[in-house]
Amino acid sequence: MPQWLQSVVDYVTKSNNTPGWYADPVASAIWALIYIILIFTGVSIAVIAMNWLERKILAHMQVRLGPMRVGPHGLLQPIADALKLLIKEDIMPDQADKVVFWLAPVTIVITAFTVYIVIPFGPTHAVTDMNIGLLFMLGVSSIGVLGIIMAGWASNSHYPLMGSLRSSAQMVSYEIAMGMAVVSAVLMTSFKGGGNFFRQIYGTGGASVGTLSMIGIVRAQEAQQTWFLFKFFPLGLIAFFIFAVAMVAETNRAPFDLPEAESELVAGFHTEYSGFRWSLFFLAEYAAMIAVSSIAVTLWLGGWMRPFASLHGPNVEIPNYWSGGAIDLAFALVPALTFFVLALFAFIGTVRMPKHRAFRVQTIGLAGFALALGFIGLVLLEPHVRDRVQDIFWFSLKVAVFMYMYIWYRGTFPRYRFDQLMHLGWKFMIPTGIAVLILTAALGLGS
Amino acid sequence: MQPVATSWFFYGLSAVAIVSALMVITRKNPVHSAISLVFTLLSLAGLYLMLYAPFVAGVQIILYVGGIMVLFLFVIMLVNIEHNLREEQFNKQWLVATIATVVLGALFGYVYYHGKGFFPAAVPPTPEQVNTQQIGMSLYTAYMFPFEIASVLLLVAIIGAVVMAKKRI
Repeated sequence: MPQWLQSVVDYVTKSNNTPGWYADPVASAIWALIYIILIFTGVSIAVIAMNWLERKILAHMQVRLGPMRVGPHGLLQPIADALKLLIKEDIMPDQADKVVFWLAPVTIVITAFTVYIVIPFGPTHAVTDMNIGLLFMLGVSSIGVLGIIMAGWASNSHYPLMGSLRSSAQMVSYEIAMGMAVVSAVLMTSFKGGGNFFRQIYGTGGASVGTLSMIGIVRAQEAQQTWFLFKFFPLGLIAFFIFAVAMVAETNRAPFDLPEAESELVAGFHTEYSGFRWSLFFLAEYAAMIAVSSIAVTLWLGGWMRPFASLHGPNVEIPNYWSGGAIDLAFALVPALTFFVLALFAFIGTVRMPKHRAFRVQTIGLAGFALALGFIGLVLLEPHVRDRVQDIFWFSLKVAVFMYMYIWYRGTFPRYRFDQLMHLGWKFMIPTGIAVLILTAALGLGS
Repeated sequence: MQPVATSWFFYGLSAVAIVSALMVITRKNPVHSAISLVFTLLSLAGLYLMLYAPFVAGVQIILYVGGIMVLFLFVIMLVNIEHNLREEQFNKQWLVATIATVVLGALFGYVYYHGKGFFPAAVPPTPEQVNTQQIGMSLYTAYMFPFEIASVLLLVAIIGAVVMAKKRI
């Protein structure tokens, strides 16, 4: 490696490891670019995986097999779907408003992906750290509503218009409950322990200063040695519950999928969309689901922290009962073990494949998949990689739990009627949210 | 962090703001006007960011773009657009409009040429990490009274809207 390249690598690696590295313009620009590429590919792969998982899990919940034809256990089904969508004719209705019809899916995709720039996958693994991080996320995701309204109106058709009217009413209502829950979590960042930590990290902040920065919120949970889910039990839990319900409504998923209720509105606001443009809506919907789940993970589930994490800081190191050499190592090995278990499942699948000529290609493919998973597991065993990637693993695992819940909701709950939806939002969630906020503030007075 | 290519960002954002503001009043279709207004508001948020006011920029997006414009579009969608398209777009009030424009232009010119004394020469920008905290501090200490009055005003508006919308409460 040439001298200059080595020095660049050193500079960038070192800067990414120190807290407050976002202040360095060159290093932050380079790392931002790397993370943008990583997040874009990561989210796209996650959307593809979700597509397959949703069909499989829903099928198994309904005692069906789900996709089985394309690849072993239908593993290649999402790729086949993506190809079909790209080749499909892209129809624009004759009476549609051309510009707005084109602008709507673009708006939705841009907003769904812009949100990711403040999501902290680890203490240093984020595109950027903003002082207004959380506010930025909520603001940008609220622009997504505009896209849905534009799509519904520009189609110049009845079902889409009805769908987007429903959707805007629903999203505006649930945004308030969501905001109340979020504010109570932000309030918790200002309580005891947090202030000292910020002084060490940023060199600013007094004894009781809260923060909106996504990284700062996780840091506050680290400093207070608790996930906000368990803070002031059961207040944190109730706020989390409100957010968890509101976020399903915000992403228009079952049981709040009135904007695209098939039995009444065909496909809601995207009835008139087909081919590539429809696939943009699909991509944006799943990207938004991952994004709001990441907000929930960051605010209440301790972000990148592993369960029972000890307090790490530049000047302080407070271990707890569940930390220390051996236990730290055991938790650090979990990512690699997860991949080994997945590889084992794939390997068992390979062995159990029918021994027939027609299945030979599939068997080889599945074996290759098992090998790839095992290889990723091996890479994760390497100490340097293990240390850097652990945070991302725990964050992704928590988000994955939420994604599974989304599918589970869809498999179990019947769809709400519109007046029930409004009743729940305005008469139960918002008052509860306000009560939780006031009680949190009252309990926080002492600390 | 040192700002990069500041003037280019400023000119770009201002150009977007002005062009889309013009489109707000020249488009015949109210939905197109509303969407242009969204672009104006977003570029204003960008200008706030350049003035080291990230909190104001965030609130601008969340309130105006995410809240008010959504309600605007919600209402416009229910209006019969074809009827609107046939209506006359401009009222015959060019005399008043010209006078207002000239006065406003004169004011701008005066401030541009003689306004040095109005503003402090250079305000050191607050560090990015504490911007929101400082807004909170001044809002709840120095400007507590106006803040509360504004909230009471909003409450009156909410109750008024409910009273006007519902005959029987």
